[in-house]
Amino acid sequence: MKQQLETIRQLALKAIDEAADQQNLENLRVKYLGKKGELTAILKQMGKLSAEERPVMGQLANDVRAAIEDTFSKKAAYLKEALLKQKLKHETIDVTLPGKHKELGSKHPLSIVLDEIKEIFVGMGFDIVEGPEVETDYYNFEALNIPKNHPARDTQDTFYINENVVLRTQTSPVQIRTMENREPPIRIISPGRVYRSDAVDATHSPLFHQIEGLVVDKGITFADLKGTLETFIKRLYGEDSVVRFRPHHFPFTEPSAEVDVQCFSCHGEGCRLCKNEGWIEILGCGMVHPKVLSNCGIDPEVYSGFALGMGLERVVMRRYNIDDLRLFYENDVRFLKQF
Amino acid sequence: MNLSMKWLKEFVDIDIKPRDFSEAMTISGSKVEGYEIEGSEISNVVVGKILSIVPHQDSDHLVICQVDIGESEPIQIVTGASNLTVGDLVPAALNNSTLPGGVKIKKGKLRGAESNGMLCSLGELGLTLNDFPYAIEDGIFVLQEDCQPGQPICEAIGLDDIKVEFEITSNRPDCFSVIGLAREAAATFDKPLTLHTPVVKAGNGSCKDMLDVKIEEPSLCSIYSARIVENVRVKPSPRWMRERLRAMGVRPINNIVDITNYVMLEYGQPMHAFDLRFIEDKKIRVRRAKDGETITTLDGVDRTLTHDNLVIADSKKPVAIAGVMGGEYSGIMDDTTTIVFESACFDGSSVRTTARDQGMRTDASSRYEKGLDPNNCLPALERACELVELLDAGDVLDDVLVDDHSSHEQRQIPLEAEWINRFLNIQLSTEEMKAILKKIDCQFDGDTILVPTFRPDLEHKADIAEEIARFYGYNHIPSTPLRGDAQGKYTPRQKFEDKISNTMLALGLSEIMTYSFLSPKAYDKIGMPEQDSLRNSVTISNPLGEDTSIMRTTALPSMLDTLALNYNNRNGAVALFELASEYHPVDGQELPDEKTKLIAGLYGSDCDFFTAKGMVEQLLDTLFISNYEFEASSDEYAYHPGRCAHITIGDTIIGVIGEIHPKVAENYGVNERILCFTLDVDSLFAHAQNEAAYKPLPKFPAVTRDLALICEETIPVRILEKAIIKGAGNLLETIQLFDVYQGEQIENGKKSVAFNIVLRSSENTLAEEQVNAAMKKVMKELEKVGASLRV
Repeated sequence: MKQQLETIRQLALKAIDEAADQQNLENLRVKYLGKKGELTAILKQMGKLSAEERPVMGQLANDVRAAIEDTFSKKAAYLKEALLKQKLKHETIDVTLPGKHKELGSKHPLSIVLDEIKEIFVGMGFDIVEGPEVETDYYNFEALNIPKNHPARDTQDTFYINENVVLRTQTSPVQIRTMENREPPIRIISPGRVYRSDAVDATHSPLFHQIEGLVVDKGITFADLKGTLETFIKRLYGEDSVVRFRPHHFPFTEPSAEVDVQCFSCHGEGCRLCKNEGWIEILGCGMVHPKVLSNCGIDPEVYSGFALGMGLERVVMRRYNIDDLRLFYENDVRFLKQF
Repeated sequence: MNLSMKWLKEFVDIDIKPRDFSEAMTISGSKVEGYEIEGSEISNVVVGKILSIVPHQDSDHLVICQVDIGESEPIQIVTGASNLTVGDLVPAALNNSTLPGGVKIKKGKLRGAESNGMLCSLGELGLTLNDFPYAIEDGIFVLQEDCQPGQPICEAIGLDDIKVEFEITSNRPDCFSVIGLAREAAATFDKPLTLHTPVVKAGNGSCKDMLDVKIEEPSLCSIYSARIVENVRVKPSPRWMRERLRAMGVRPINNIVDITNYVMLEYGQPMHAFDLRFIEDKKIRVRRAKDGETITTLDGVDRTLTHDNLVIADSKKPVAIAGVMGGEYSGIMDDTTTIVFESACFDGSSVRTTARDQGMRTDASSRYEKGLDPNNCLPALERACELVELLDAGDVLDDVLVDDHSSHEQRQIPLEAEWINRFLNIQLSTEEMKAILKKIDCQFDGDTILVPTFRPDLEHKADIAEEIARFYGYNHIPSTPLRGDAQGKYTPRQKFEDKISNTMLALGLSEIMTYSFLSPKAYDKIGMPEQDSLRNSVTISNPLGEDTSIMRTTALPSMLDTLALNYNNRNGAVALFELASEYHPVDGQELPDEKTKLIAGLYGSDCDFFTAKGMVEQLLDTLFISNYEFEASSDEYAYHPGRCAHITIGDTIIGVIGEIHPKVAENYGVNERILCFTLDVDSLFAHAQNEAAYKPLPKFPAVTRDLALICEETIPVRILEKAIIKGAGNLLETIQLFDVYQGEQIENGKKSVAFNIVLRSSENTLAEEQVNAAMKKVMKELEKVGASLRV
């Protein structure tokens, strides 16, 4: 029996060692360790042994079983590992193949920048107010200190619906409506579509977007106007923007100003982008004209305020170096998908 | 407005680089658009003296000239010109010289003869006959100037001025003049302004009996003044005057016309000169035109006038449209001997209306319409007559004929220094403010400002604040942040629209922005019936063209135009949306209702009705709108009659979805199926829940049943779904269609429909009996609508 056990140990260890795959190994397990396996068969003969021999043989048989089991599990682990390695090797992919895309929509570039501008103003405590695009002459002009036959009407070529109704040439009428309906303090911006009878070309459009702002409160000063706009411009164009204010004329503000930023490209030296001026005009602004406040039932001796206005398209064109305004309204997806 | 720096220097002594000048003027409020140094394109061109001319041996039209250019040796230049004689002084472009338009001249050989440059014509120097009337157009510019060989040509012919272009705002008509800008420059650079008082010698007899001047409409003409010049001698003006006119962008004509232009530019006061012969009965009347009265203006156009137009008339007829343009006989002719110089002040808005109605804006009308200073009329008239004498253009008679209704009073505004300091957040003393205001010719009576009459724009203390601010320097005023607490916020509606937009982007649609206007033909293109109420649009009375002449009542044409553009540009699959504005006229309402619609359109990528429907369903889910239905509709004209649905909530139609009618797609040149849907944003907003309604996660297991049904093919699946919902009651968790089948094994005219049904109770694990009871009720409801189990 001892001889038998030793032979089994020898053969089993050799066979396990030589097993080529898991199936092979499993067969060996059944052959040697299974219920009908060789080792079990020998153990069944234990009863025939003498009392002295039995513990010795039992010990030996256990040793043999342990040795086979141990070798077996090591081999099994080895084969499993080898199989996994092979599988992983087999599954290797070309990671440079393109990824799978789910179609996403693109936000219109005008929306992207408008949202950013809104965020900046909301952050400074402004509400966003909208108003009609088809507007009365009164709100678009007269309440803004631009009576009929005022020369300033020439600079805003107006689409008329009839004598008293126009397509708004600016979003300022929203300011008037707001001042009529709200008590100061007022802090609003009014973005929206405006209309001027300019034929379509690379830099003109009969429809474009404006963002106007209005602040009315007790004790608002020209310095507040400057501070607010400088903050806005630095948020929009970067903290290192250089800003200048220069006098201008708008019928609805006094004093009035235009605001320039130093050319991003040449830093004031003068280049093609800034038409050699070194500065790029960004927006118009001013202290709300006392007549305009009075027109809206606000006492200019008690309250003061400032207003600002800017065109959205020009801001967006400069940001992305877009040289043709028509692209915004043609909506070719090859354009839209770039944003 | 162009400004000649040479002319400016007559009034202000400034010597500063044009760039610095432009910067300082811009900062003080006179915006400089740019400047141009005359002759800057010309280099290495000098005065040459022709020493000899010999014919070229190998050419019958070229000649070889020896030219003295002020050097020790003359140079040889070959030219084709035939107007040269020995001794002529001419512009000689030397080797490596440049001429206007980027022309470069180098030495070379012409038919074998060496030529060391080029002799120039007027045109080659960028000039015209108007600049040098004595020259000829075709040929070398033979100089009649006092100059020396070798002298740079620009210096020799005075082509060395600097033109500065200003943007003048409509509130500053006084700055449409050299004197006005000189006043601004003097104030900007803190230099004295040296004005000249014109002196007319006259002494040629009285003109009182020659002409009678009267204003019949003083509300539209505050002053009318005139002087008469006899023995007019029409000839070219002297070079200095031509140079200045040229620098200001005005073409020199002859001395009389040039004087009127010169005075207009210098004083900002339009002048008019006309021939006394054509004034009938020696009467000038400033009156309103009679309705239907006619005049032929200088430009040869017959014009019909109305009572709104102011005219200068003689006893019978209008001779000029006041402030706009003279009549055909009012010009200066070859045989004119006696002229009348007119200097008047007409009402701005009247001139503006007339110019607009007659469709002719002129230099004069654009000045008048901004409102001119009546007190400028007489000095300008005197200046014109002074120039007549200086140029020996005629004999000025003694009297000034004037009818003056103008007010000479200066407006008074109290100087409220404290208010201004607070308003601007600066600290200036009253005296410092006065000093600034005096620079722009304000006078003072104590602390009251006497506003000069040429500044009608100064009315209010805010206007005074601006004057103080611009000379103090906007950029010296401090910048302060806004004080006080204000909470900026988006309104629920604004947030809602953002959510719609973001959901559409996530669903793969790109945002577009389209024009709000349409051509009326767009309605035909989408197949809108003639009598459809949506054809009633807001119409623009002065459109740019038919294509942009009405405000859209539907955004569908805008979307289809955009899809067509993409289709034509061969963009494969396209999915777009817009939160589009629509404009609906309402009876009895001055302004239309402006509505926002969500419109989406897509083609390509095998998209079909259900692609679009899926988008609508996902959008509505995101907006927490649940009680909607899709109801088939065959009466939407723009859509396929069998592939279109109304999207409804209760009895309200909140939107339309469908495949665009193939005829409509064809109208847009798109040869693919187009899917579109529109949703009314107001309705969506009204029905949307703000927030999700949370339900606890289920504690008990669900039971799943598959149900294969058979029914008539015409029964919509939604009817079956509704029956299942009704039958299963509150045990129903989800219901999912997984198969619709027609064909073999199914009776003709019927279809098989299979659902996966998930039942769950929130109270207990469902027992078999509960499930069976529920399924029994489901089958009962299904049988009511004509469906039975497929066996």
